Amino acid sequence: MNKNMRVLGLPYVAWMLIFICLPIVLLGVYSFTNNTGNFSLENFKSFFTPIYIQILLNSLYLAFISTVICFILGYPVAYIIAKIPSEKTRNTFLLLFILPMWMNFLLRTYSWMTLLGNNGLINTLLQALSLPQLNLLYNSGAVLLGMVYNFLPFMIYPIYSILIKIDANYAIAAGDLGANPRQTFMKITFPLSIPGVITGITMVFMPAVSTFVIPSLLGGGQNMLIGNLIEQQLMQAGNWHFGSAASLIMMTIILIAMQVMNRFDKTQQKNMEMLA
Amino acid sequence: MKKALRNVYLYIMLLFLYAPILVLMVYSFNASKSRGQWGGFTLEWYRRLFMDSNIQSALYYTVLVAILATIISTIVGTISSIGIFLYGNRVQKLMLNVNYIPVINPDIVTGVSMMILFAFMSMRQGFATMLIAHITFCIPYVILSVLPKLRQMDVNLIEAAMDLGARPMQIITKVVLAEIKPGIVTGLLFAFTLSIDDFVISFFTTGSGVSNLSIYVYSMAKRGISPEINALSTLMILTVTLLLFVINKRNNKKTKITGERI
Repeated sequence: MNKNMRVLGLPYVAWMLIFICLPIVLLGVYSFTNNTGNFSLENFKSFFTPIYIQILLNSLYLAFISTVICFILGYPVAYIIAKIPSEKTRNTFLLLFILPMWMNFLLRTYSWMTLLGNNGLINTLLQALSLPQLNLLYNSGAVLLGMVYNFLPFMIYPIYSILIKIDANYAIAAGDLGANPRQTFMKITFPLSIPGVITGITMVFMPAVSTFVIPSLLGGGQNMLIGNLIEQQLMQAGNWHFGSAASLIMMTIILIAMQVMNRFDKTQQKNMEMLA
Repeated sequence: MKKALRNVYLYIMLLFLYAPILVLMVYSFNASKSRGQWGGFTLEWYRRLFMDSNIQSALYYTVLVAILATIISTIVGTISSIGIFLYGNRVQKLMLNVNYIPVINPDIVTGVSMMILFAFMSMRQGFATMLIAHITFCIPYVILSVLPKLRQMDVNLIEAAMDLGARPMQIITKVVLAEIKPGIVTGLLFAFTLSIDDFVISFFTTGSGVSNLSIYVYSMAKRGISPEINALSTLMILTVTLLLFVINKRNNKKTKITGERI
């Protein structure tokens, strides 16, 4: 192989320019122009009004809460599986927990409609017990549940893959030096698992902020999130300029969040290196 | 005691993950249309499903796009990886950063920006645009799976082949491709699962009556719950589970064989 064979990469460079770079440029152009095609900041001006700010804050809030819940529920799962002594049992459990990741996202969301609906399974059971029916579907609670349900495996898997790599001798050494199990976990195991936690947080938070399927199916339109706003502007309202501006704002927020997480991860790693 | 508690926790979480899917599957055999009561076992919804021409067309496009996108992105991705690999550090880094954009960008942004692109190029949205979009988000994963294998490859192998008189084309086919084959297979599987499962990007880039199964389920689910979607879901879930089972079985067999050889 010599340098001449570099030309093999050129067709894809052209493809990237047309289908990856140009779309982003166009998105930028659309967000900074108005219907007449002139430069304008009105899309951003109208985005930063109370209604849309509320939608943005609501999306960030729900994504944040669902990430926290996924962490609280997912970390123990990853930890317990990583501690199973038999490799075969461990792999079976791991497979069971990540199998849902391979199932179609829409089906997983839709499946909650059959449970939560007004004559869904839960309400039917309540009725059979002559208890009052509950409005479970089409509210923020249902959206939150949908997010946790869909993204939980994305939290479990990265944490597990870090936990399983941690040298068991660290914990043994800590025990020898007089640490109790709680201290060992808080001072050794948990800090070492932070890179996995960070990957998990990014993998849950990102899709949770941008989703429009979950709020649209389980939130029933009353709970508009930023993803719904973008979808609505492009597919129904036909206001591509405003929709592009909203996409650009969401993209920026996500990129900043990822940068912050990466930095946090790096300083953490540095601290650990200094310890070692 | 503590161990029992841990197991209980794992089983509760598994129940949380699987119960909704199981309920959905059970309801697909329910004769009563209202999900409240059990009206007896029926295959009626499956019969209706197979007679529905919309579903047949959605299934056709899902599979066709997945197969074409997988083949094209695997070939283009592998060839491009070799090209990218030969570039110097700085150019390579730049190319990989651009290649990374579809991976980190939220699906909705990728979908929306491609929708704008197709309008800009005055392409009518439909099968072709959906296929282009799928290829665009699949290639990066192929490159990310193939490139590490190229980096792991022993450069001496190529030099030895050259010393032994291999022509450049022979080096590519007999040495390089053989060395990076596991990466290509990983990339191919990635591309296929991503394409067959995609909803968001397809949703924004298709049109003129072309839809895939995910889009079909979405448009039906927005109108409410229907037993036919339950039946369709059951079939889709069983297919995926079966596929994973086969892949897993194959992998196990392979490791056993290679393990014995070692």
